[in-house]
Amino acid sequence: MPDILDQARTQVLDGGVGLDEAGVLAVLRLPDDRLSAALQLAHEVRMRWCGPEVEVEGIVSLKTGGCPEDCHFCSQSGLFASPVRSVWLDIPSLVEAAKQTAKTGATEFCIVAAVRGPDERLMRQLREGVAAIRAEVEINIAASLGILTQAQVDELVELGIHRYNHNLETSRSYFPNVVTTHSWEERWETLRMVRASGMEVCCGGIIGLGETVEQRAEFAAQLAELDPHEVPLNFLNPRPGTPLGDRSPVAPRDALRAIAAFRLAMPRTILRYAGGREITLGDLGTRDGLLGGINAVIVGNYLTTLGRPASEDLALLAELKMPVKALSATI
Amino acid sequence: METTEPTRGGTDPAAGPWCDRCGRALADGGHEECAAARRLEPPRFCPACRRRMRVQVLPAGWTATCVEHGTTRG
Repeated sequence: MPDILDQARTQVLDGGVGLDEAGVLAVLRLPDDRLSAALQLAHEVRMRWCGPEVEVEGIVSLKTGGCPEDCHFCSQSGLFASPVRSVWLDIPSLVEAAKQTAKTGATEFCIVAAVRGPDERLMRQLREGVAAIRAEVEINIAASLGILTQAQVDELVELGIHRYNHNLETSRSYFPNVVTTHSWEERWETLRMVRASGMEVCCGGIIGLGETVEQRAEFAAQLAELDPHEVPLNFLNPRPGTPLGDRSPVAPRDALRAIAAFRLAMPRTILRYAGGREITLGDLGTRDGLLGGINAVIVGNYLTTLGRPASEDLALLAELKMPVKALSATI
Repeated sequence: METTEPTRGGTDPAAGPWCDRCGRALADGGHEECAAARRLEPPRFCPACRRRMRVQVLPAGWTATCVEHGTTRG
């Protein structure tokens, strides 16, 4: 049986065909002394099939907390004893957030709401917010509003929402251990409608929810089957008061293995560093990931926690000679 | 009332008797983990009165509002 990295070099780097579930699992099981080789190959794959540019995004929470769902990792669920209180962002603050994001050179600004799915109040706030941003800021607007109906998908298209985020979070087999108030299949159905609408699909998840390494490989294969335009890769940041609040963060080497493996499963996708990278990998981890298959970052703060200052990430990109993707290249 | 804090992660613990991360009394000790975590978290509890604050995180900052003691920015 050929070495998995030799196989990946031929199949993924030369052929542009991602590894299947068994191949991803083999990468996730590589010993520590093969990790740097896996990251190097993942970096070569990213450079070959995506290029050197890095897509920069900012995110903001339009509606924080008070969510009726029970995603066990999330501090915004109203079902847990989390200190996060419910709060709505006003339109001027939303526009200011978009301006802050655009100032970093970012091309993407994602508006997020902690809901099962949008109600009329949220859709109204989104409509007003999108119009206000468009009047003052030149940036692609993405949204993440939970489970959608077909009518809501159609409305987002009419609003010009560029990309829709809806994470599957984890593998289909492990999902019921993480969420019980809705199903993995309901999320898949929203993603199917988004894809059919012509909006770009953004779908990723969280590493370190307690899934086995086999389930991590299963998740990568399921994402590859979905073939999203973007995969945000989060690492569990255990939040006080949530059912996963006492879990330890993922070991740094396992996080880096996951980055390499997900890149080798999806050679052409935008693989974005999202939440939890600071607590999991520290400052040096950002560099390791960008040289190991990552080609996009969320800069600045997250929804309820803080990130590295955007200036530090941008300085690192300059040092690594990785240009920030220009807005003109995304339209 | 509005105050401005230059620190990135939290309000000044000396501002009151309560930990602004976990909401327990600072005098009870054991807040080393809170202090470390606050580098990457906004405050959640008012250090003066222990009320949960309404916290809004933005890409380049945050605001935390206590109904009694006003808004802090970071």
